[in-house]
Amino acid sequence: MYAYDEIDRTLVNERVSEFRDQVKRRLSGELTEDEFKMLRLQNGVYLQLHAYMFRVAIPYGTLASRQLRQLAHVARKYDRGYGHFTTRQNIQFNWIKLAELPDALADLAEVGIHAMQTSGNNMRNVTSDQWAGVAPGEIEDPRIWSELIRQHTTLHPEFSFLPRKFKIAITASDHDRAAIKIHDIGLRLIKNEKGETGFEVLVGGGLGRTPFIAKTIKHFVHGRDILSYIEAILRVYNQYGRRDNIYKARIKILVHELGIEKFSREVEEEWQHIRNSSLQIDDEVIEDIRARFSYPAYEKLPHMPDELRQAAADPDFEAWRKNSVAPHKVQGYSIVTISLKPVGGPPGDATAEQMDALADLADKYSFGEIRVGHEQNLALPHVAKRDLPALWKALDRLGLATPNVNLITDIIACPGLDYCSLANARSIPIAQELTRRFANHELANLIGRLHINISGCINACGHHHVGHIGILGVEKNGEEVYQITIGGRADENAALGNLIGPGVKFDEVADVVEDIVEAYLALRERPEELFMDTVKRLGVEPFKERVYATR
Amino acid sequence: MTSPLEQKKIKIAGPSVVTANRTWDGIVVYRTAAKGWSPDLSEAAIVRNSDEAKALLAEAVADDVGAVGAYIAPVQIGEDGRIEPGNLREQIRSTGVTIGQPAQV
Repeated sequence: MYAYDEIDRTLVNERVSEFRDQVKRRLSGELTEDEFKMLRLQNGVYLQLHAYMFRVAIPYGTLASRQLRQLAHVARKYDRGYGHFTTRQNIQFNWIKLAELPDALADLAEVGIHAMQTSGNNMRNVTSDQWAGVAPGEIEDPRIWSELIRQHTTLHPEFSFLPRKFKIAITASDHDRAAIKIHDIGLRLIKNEKGETGFEVLVGGGLGRTPFIAKTIKHFVHGRDILSYIEAILRVYNQYGRRDNIYKARIKILVHELGIEKFSREVEEEWQHIRNSSLQIDDEVIEDIRARFSYPAYEKLPHMPDELRQAAADPDFEAWRKNSVAPHKVQGYSIVTISLKPVGGPPGDATAEQMDALADLADKYSFGEIRVGHEQNLALPHVAKRDLPALWKALDRLGLATPNVNLITDIIACPGLDYCSLANARSIPIAQELTRRFANHELANLIGRLHINISGCINACGHHHVGHIGILGVEKNGEEVYQITIGGRADENAALGNLIGPGVKFDEVADVVEDIVEAYLALRERPEELFMDTVKRLGVEPFKERVYATR
Repeated sequence: MTSPLEQKKIKIAGPSVVTANRTWDGIVVYRTAAKGWSPDLSEAAIVRNSDEAKALLAEAVADDVGAVGAYIAPVQIGEDGRIEPGNLREQIRSTGVTIGQPAQV
């Protein structure tokens, strides 16, 4: 956990006071909506179909149990008893009243949570690997660097009026769980030949109507130079980014139009002006941030405790363990992913009661810490293996032990037309139907790792471009129509999916996915060949033939 | 934000209403003939041509404290005179999400 200092606490509290005054002036008519809109967006407040939507940041996906309890409190007191975890380590409340928002913000500020820069054309919440600090083989905890960037960019005047929103993600593991290649800047923490910490810097990734996979702009930037290098990128973007056309305003378009070589030269030139400035980071600064992260006092525990050995006889426990439990860097401990994808449920939603109960379980089994992943699931990062059976039983009672992590029903979906004012088609009901179709755990296990991502419009909040199976809802002649892609992925080998053919109607989507899955099961060379590998080997055609042969 | 009134021409294809979100709490509201807002679609003022639509929208936009984001939305009028939303988006705005909300499940 990271402990905020007095500066952070003052900043957050001052922001609440400012916003309270702004809301008061808006409700009295002193501010028009045109004047107020940017102010509310800077505090994470959108206007959606049914109500205001309030997006709260969970920096680098780390939450303390008391913070999760406070999110539950906000859900219960100011909303309708639930929240929605997003693909960028935020939580959204869908039914907040503007008049009550300052109180909700004040309640969150009590536990160091805020909504700054969760919307608007600024630097958004810096995201990271939800297994940061506990993943085996990790180079070092990427959250230290996430926090450095968070501090530097929060309310930074130069980054507050960018051409468009700007997102950074950081990973420190070989396997990328932070989806860095679909971010404006992706940072991969590495060591150079001298053993010094630095970053491979990628730039220009993003989805939306013009998707791009990020390109490497520099293979190694020393840790002490990372702020100046990021600032150089942002300065070039600020100067040349397209403010005249919202659809071409993201940095990915600039990188694409200039070409990575020219863009890189511009950044390099800018960097030389600011590299040896106060932006150079002393080791002391990093050590100070590191010291404000507290790490658990792990016990010396056996690799295979008796409790785990005995529980292995229960097939239901084993089904859950195989999908939900991952190795930890410390012997005797595990990382437990908690699926927020129950059969028939909206992906990523959690009730206030579930949040409260999870906070209690985090206190009991995970040193009071919870993580949020971009796949819209939660995790308990420090669970002793001996406690896994008891934890599983407790999660099961809460409806949070669905054994589907990384399987076909572990679906990423945006809120879609049920909530979102930008959406053209519904996402959640498609996800719900798919979880029912593939509810049989033996079938889902037989299929193996397969990610379905669903977006209700071209803005791609459900990351459909990088779903193994991607589903994009559009509107055609007043009807919802869904375009299906296959072959996308968001990991270290990130790729954009390929369209398999004409769009299909709402009622046909689950049938089409079933056809694709049946084709895969028939085409794979062996059970270990994952869906992605079969698509890579054979391309789109055999799947297309199967889907459209009878349509 | 470009005001809807800055649109040179407002075309409507059939009976329409003006809808927005109430400022203080954000809920869906409809402009009434009594120059107010109602969360009940059945109380909405119906416009049937562009001039009527433009006038109702202008009046609605002027009430910025009452509601925000006013726009013209299509409706269908049943044989019994009942007003129904004219498309899926408006149906969802009018009757709510098409899924169960987690806290109610």
